[in-house]
Amino acid sequence: MTPEVLSLSNAPALWTAAMLVKIVVAFSVLMGIVAYATWVERKVIGRMQTRLGPTMTGPMGLLQPIADGLKLFFKEDIIPSEASKFAFVLAPMMILAPALISMAVIPFSGDFLFTFDGITYAVPMQITDLNIGILFILAMAGLGVYGIVLAGLASNSKYSLIGGIRASAQMISYELAAGLSIIAIFMLSETLSLSGIVAAQQQVLWGIAALPSWMHNWYIFSQPLAFGLFVVGSMAEINRTPFDLPEAETELVSGFCTEYSSMKYALFFMAEYANMVTISAIATTLFLGGWDGPFPGWINFLLKVFAFMFFFIWIRATFPRLRYDQLMQLGWKIMLPLALGNIVVTAIAVLLWH
Amino acid sequence: MFTFFFYLFAAVAVFSAFYVAKARSPVNSALWLVTNFICLAVFYVMLEAPFMAAIQVMVYAGAIMVLIIFVIMLLNLGTAVKKRYTHALFWGGGLSLLMLFITNYFVRHGAPTGQIGTITSQTISSYGHTELIGRAMFTDFLLPFEIASILLLVAIIGAVILSKREV
Repeated sequence: MTPEVLSLSNAPALWTAAMLVKIVVAFSVLMGIVAYATWVERKVIGRMQTRLGPTMTGPMGLLQPIADGLKLFFKEDIIPSEASKFAFVLAPMMILAPALISMAVIPFSGDFLFTFDGITYAVPMQITDLNIGILFILAMAGLGVYGIVLAGLASNSKYSLIGGIRASAQMISYELAAGLSIIAIFMLSETLSLSGIVAAQQQVLWGIAALPSWMHNWYIFSQPLAFGLFVVGSMAEINRTPFDLPEAETELVSGFCTEYSSMKYALFFMAEYANMVTISAIATTLFLGGWDGPFPGWINFLLKVFAFMFFFIWIRATFPRLRYDQLMQLGWKIMLPLALGNIVVTAIAVLLWH
Repeated sequence: MFTFFFYLFAAVAVFSAFYVAKARSPVNSALWLVTNFICLAVFYVMLEAPFMAAIQVMVYAGAIMVLIIFVIMLLNLGTAVKKRYTHALFWGGGLSLLMLFITNYFVRHGAPTGQIGTITSQTISSYGHTELIGRAMFTDFLLPFEIASILLLVAIIGAVILSKREV
């Protein structure tokens, strides 16, 4: 008997329960990763710079994220008297929310089968499968800019303003390159739904039947340039180090979050790591075959996400910060033409082979 | 449920549109406009046009409004700018009210013919909205599409020439 896809029409109560469980699990796993990403980052960078990283709180400093959270929670929450209050309070939420919402369309694993009342149901391990999945992610990435812009503007401080201006210019420029590199992906997959893209990547590599069947058609093999552009572009978009000019502490104190304190500052911090997880998850889904691999689905997925996050941390320990004009030059004069060229080449290839 | 959400978002849309004009600082106006755009995106979803919704958020809320806020930020426009330009408020308000009534009159006056076009909910769910729009744009409406692209190209070249010190 073929399993029935669980939906609102065939089993409303079960569907609602499954949906709630999926949302709660995805959210808490994401938050757990965010908390421990800070620990891993300090530990890994410490090791790379021949330091130890946090060691005092708990075994191997494992309780450090909790201690940090508690400390920030009990700090005084200061709103500068000259700040515009509404936007000042809104900004940290505006920056965290898009990062969390983007996770809603990412497939974590294959269908989960279970039997209830003699009927076998298949639950897609994805909070919602929009048929415009990628566009949804791009739209949410676009909204992420507002948090930073508002924080810079509402603080009414020079450093915040300069940080905000830098951040918005940078995010607008790199969003283009990252977005255009994704276009090449859905020219190959012919669908915008992320589960469709994962399914398209499970065929034989490059469509050559002679290759062994375990070599799957992950798009990193057919679109290596797009992969590079996407990773670099999205790293710039989430302001990770070589591209962390908006919060360059040597020149701008702390950039757009200079005036923030207590939990509002913690929200900015969380947003940075949540964005990192989201970008890793998107890159995994689009280029590395999503949950495809030798282990059970979600383990593959998490492994790939963690590999990406390690890569981001590694980059942070390795590269110095770019200069502002170099950053703009890289974005507009190198990455944008490359992304456009990649689209043209992909279009010609698709036209020739189909 | 559907009606409830429609009225909820309609109320938010009208409220935010009102505050775009009413808010004192330009930044707050811009934020209200973003709220309005997102409400419009919700309406597109309700009209079974998810692609339009995504584009609405991506282009209007994600790109155009960010640029506008960016300009507000660079010029550091305060509340003073708004006070200077209030002379046309009365006539502008009157004109927009008149237009509202005219539109409403025409909308209510026309009689529905009962004819159904080729694109229904059925075709949207079987083909996908994105595919339908793509097909329409690159086959039936290719000429208007190309003309629009040329217009945008002209605008880009104009911007480059204006911002360059020597050509």
